[in-house]
Amino acid sequence: MSREAERRTDEELVEAVARADEDALGELYDRFGRVAYGLAYKILQDAALAEDAVQEAFLQIWRGAGSYRPERAKASTWLLTFVHRRAVDLVRREQKRRTLPVVGEPEGSDPGADEAAVTRSRTEIVQGALRRLPAEQREPIELAYYAGLTQSELAERLGQPLGTIKSRMFAGLQRLRVLLAEAGYESA
Amino acid sequence: MSHDPHDLLAAYALDALDDDERERFERHLPDCEECTEQLALLREPVAALAFAAEGPVPPKELRERIIDGARADPRATVIKLPRRNRALGAVAAVAVAAACLAIGLGIYAHSLSNSLDRERSATSLVEKLLAENATTRPLIGANGSLIVAENGRAGLLVCGLAGAPSSKTYEAWVISGKTPVSAGLFRGGSGCSQIALTQRVPKSAMVAVTLERAGGATSPTLPILFRAEAT
Repeated sequence: MSREAERRTDEELVEAVARADEDALGELYDRFGRVAYGLAYKILQDAALAEDAVQEAFLQIWRGAGSYRPERAKASTWLLTFVHRRAVDLVRREQKRRTLPVVGEPEGSDPGADEAAVTRSRTEIVQGALRRLPAEQREPIELAYYAGLTQSELAERLGQPLGTIKSRMFAGLQRLRVLLAEAGYESA
Repeated sequence: MSHDPHDLLAAYALDALDDDERERFERHLPDCEECTEQLALLREPVAALAFAAEGPVPPKELRERIIDGARADPRATVIKLPRRNRALGAVAAVAVAAACLAIGLGIYAHSLSNSLDRERSATSLVEKLLAENATTRPLIGANGSLIVAENGRAGLLVCGLAGAPSSKTYEAWVISGKTPVSAGLFRGGSGCSQIALTQRVPKSAMVAVTLERAGGATSPTLPILFRAEAT
């Protein structure tokens, strides 16, 4: 793709945002806004709250880009961490917990759009990897990440001791990391 | 400390800690290289989960709202407050300035935020923090206060700080372990400025401000221009 040559990396975009480059912020949104909103919506189950969460997270990104350290995390990881935390904080505040969420099936995306295609392939890889996790590891991870439950709430909901929940989440994330690498997630 | 903070790693990465647990872990994190490394490894699969969420497409206006929001808040930038009259009493009518006054006098001000409640901008930062039962600490080396809410969210209120030269920026740092963590860039300028810190401030940490090249630095360049101790 000839566009690739001039396409800035996600990390370069964050660096540009640190220099108050509004276009770079817009481009980060074009790349990750849809994922961010999808995530916030899944957690909050409310369009207005999801918009607030994404907007506030991007404002944190705008303000905090100077403290981003590329050696610590990919830019997308760093960015989505803000979005997730904001959404979880909001859902807890709103006391609007969802009952057992499930990982959704892929829905149609804008055909032909590069970003949508990249997102779709990542989506499929991650969903596939999640399905290969043992249920006892997948459940607490999904309930924590998509429903905003705390570890104590997870222990109660799943009827397991807190220590068991902790070790299953830890083991599950380690396993997920390996599964993602095997499935070529990094290069997707 | 009754629990080993290390077993909070996965829950922290998944945002599955409650506020107290999170605060405890974040206080521990800067001192623990192993945690930092482990956390970096866990963060990648956690962030990947976002791609499996697949919610609806965001409304078109959201992009514009985000850009407008950033434009209106040129970052920790500094929201220029109305220039303060020397006689502090003269500014009490302006809500933001009133917060400034309350802090200057060390008074806990509870009810000044009503008119600005709905405002999203950092203009109401000080009021928001005060509403969260914040403590205020005087700055050492500059005129103003560090305001820290119970949950560690914090802001700086600085008055009479000269604007940073064009190739430079002020940078705030939270220092609670060996490694100072950047907590935002700002430019300063005439009047009073409110700076929302991008990092929580644990109890017994210090917040320090240095002058850095534009874009900020990854570790502070001495000297420290001004500082405050959180308690």
